[in-house]
Amino acid sequence: MLAYFLQQLINGLTLGSIYGLIAIGYTMVYGIIGMINFAHGEIFMIGAFVSVIAFLVLGALDITFIPLALLVVLLAAMVFTAAWGWTVERLAYRPLRGSFRLAPLISAIGMSIALQNFVQISQGARVKPIQPVIQGGVVLFTGDEGFTVVMSYLQIFIIILTVVLMAVFTWIITRTSLGRQQRACEQDRMMAGLVGVNVDRTISLTFVMGAVLAAVAGLMVTLQYGVVDFYIGFLAGMKAFTAAVLGGIGSLPGAMLGGILIGLIEAFWSAYFTIEYKDVAVFGVLVLVLIFRPTGLLGRPEVEKV
Amino acid sequence: MLEVRGVHTFYGQIEALKGVDISVEEGEIVTLIGSNGAGKTTLLMTICGNPRASRGQVLFEGEDITQVPTHHLVERGIAQSPEGRRIFSRMTVMENLQMGALRTGAAHFDKDLDMVFDLFPRLKERRDQRGGTLSGGEQQMLAIARALMSRPRLLLLDEPSLGLAPMVVRQIFDVIREINRSEGMTVFLVEQNAFHALKLAHRAYVMVNGRITLAGTGAELLANPEIRAAYLEGGH
Ligand SMILES: Nc1ncnc2c1ncn2[C@@H]1O[C@H](COP(=O)(O)OP(=O)(O)OP(=O)(O)O)[C@@H](O)[C@H]1O
Ligand SMILES: [Mg+2]
Repeated sequence: MLAYFLQQLINGLTLGSIYGLIAIGYTMVYGIIGMINFAHGEIFMIGAFVSVIAFLVLGALDITFIPLALLVVLLAAMVFTAAWGWTVERLAYRPLRGSFRLAPLISAIGMSIALQNFVQISQGARVKPIQPVIQGGVVLFTGDEGFTVVMSYLQIFIIILTVVLMAVFTWIITRTSLGRQQRACEQDRMMAGLVGVNVDRTISLTFVMGAVLAAVAGLMVTLQYGVVDFYIGFLAGMKAFTAAVLGGIGSLPGAMLGGILIGLIEAFWSAYFTIEYKDVAVFGVLVLVLIFRPTGLLGRPEVEKV
Repeated sequence: MLEVRGVHTFYGQIEALKGVDISVEEGEIVTLIGSNGAGKTTLLMTICGNPRASRGQVLFEGEDITQVPTHHLVERGIAQSPEGRRIFSRMTVMENLQMGALRTGAAHFDKDLDMVFDLFPRLKERRDQRGGTLSGGEQQMLAIARALMSRPRLLLLDEPSLGLAPMVVRQIFDVIREINRSEGMTVFLVEQNAFHALKLAHRAYVMVNGRITLAGTGAELLANPEIRAAYLEGGH
């Protein structure tokens, strides 16, 4: 029993890492412009698609040295998602910054649908598979009933990469000039301009940073499941959004915590209850949070002393 | 040093500035007084390009800055401590000061920090406290200190005495006088507290309803019976 539990814990943490990385994009953009980037799920989808295509290209070129392949694929995914994240901000959000709050959300959803359809038409509606890239794992221990707890190398890779990225992003936001400029825009955009912050550029950069993390998540999903389709952005995006709300939208540690919790809920629900209802469980959490604790676990209440 | 020529500024249909002319010479303290809603804040913000003048010109050190983006002005030497202080409330005192020094570069940072901590020793004690938890007076000190961290040649101050106890007001005005004397910094000061402001300033303007109605030296306006009746009597 313990072995089975531990295995689910490992699976949940891995899944949670991926959700957490996507959730950071939601939370950072929300922090700086006070709006949800509804095109963010599709940014993740592009990350996954570019990863698949890049792996296929590398395979065709006979590049089999895995660390190099991973690096190249990651860079390719980041470049494309960064470009798309930047474009979303320029087209869907910036021109509508002064208009009513729903307008940019609608334009962002519009861009999402357009992109989904573009991928569907250009890549086909069927799932795209790749060969497993990282194989094998370590057996942690064998339980009483003969159940072995395995942590695959891929899971180790995903968790370590997530921890590293989290540390880097936390450092950027809390310790660097760029991070201070982002927080300044978050707190008082007009004042940020007065002290010399290029507000437009800082907002663009925030979209791009969120997109780059979504690219990493896209690569992880590609490695983990070996298949992608044009529709994965929607569900993963909604779950990561739930994670961001659960953790407290606007909070970076909150996004990570929310991601991990959602990953764990999904893993344990699938293991102990019904796998068919795992998404229902996740969105049930969203409903409960919105009703009982709309500011999330680590979010701050809206009212504060100024 | 600063020249505002025939500036009109609109908020939508509302014309908040209706052709304003003022000038501030290097090394001066010039004050602008006027009642609520006269357009004082609008003038300071128009100098900084947010909102932008729809007609007229703003010149700084001989160059037309009317269309210069707001975030470039600090590099040119203009800093503002705006109405309501606008401290970054979830940043520490230190981080607020770093924001002030954003475009100044690291070379001067330590020296400038010592300078503002000398002017406002209270801030030194509270360097790791979050801006939002400072008292009103401390926030005002921080807003001025943050502006000074950019090494401005022109310092714009919007009602630095608002809501502060008389002793803190005196302290703030002393600092303004001090930086003007010792650093030769040019100051353009908007105030409701006309008595103190006129005593401090070399020259002054009075604004009514988006127009400059009176100009003169601080002493002249202090002696002016109309000014006394409108802005001074009762208050002090
Ligand atoms: N953002 C805005 N949108 C619309 N109207 C505005 C805005 N800001 C100011 N106004 C209007 O412009 C006029 C001038 O306002 P301003 O804030 O410049 O006055 P002020 O002299 O600074 O007043 P106070 O002493 O109360 O600070 C007022 O009638 C005000 O209602
Ligand atoms: Mg004002």
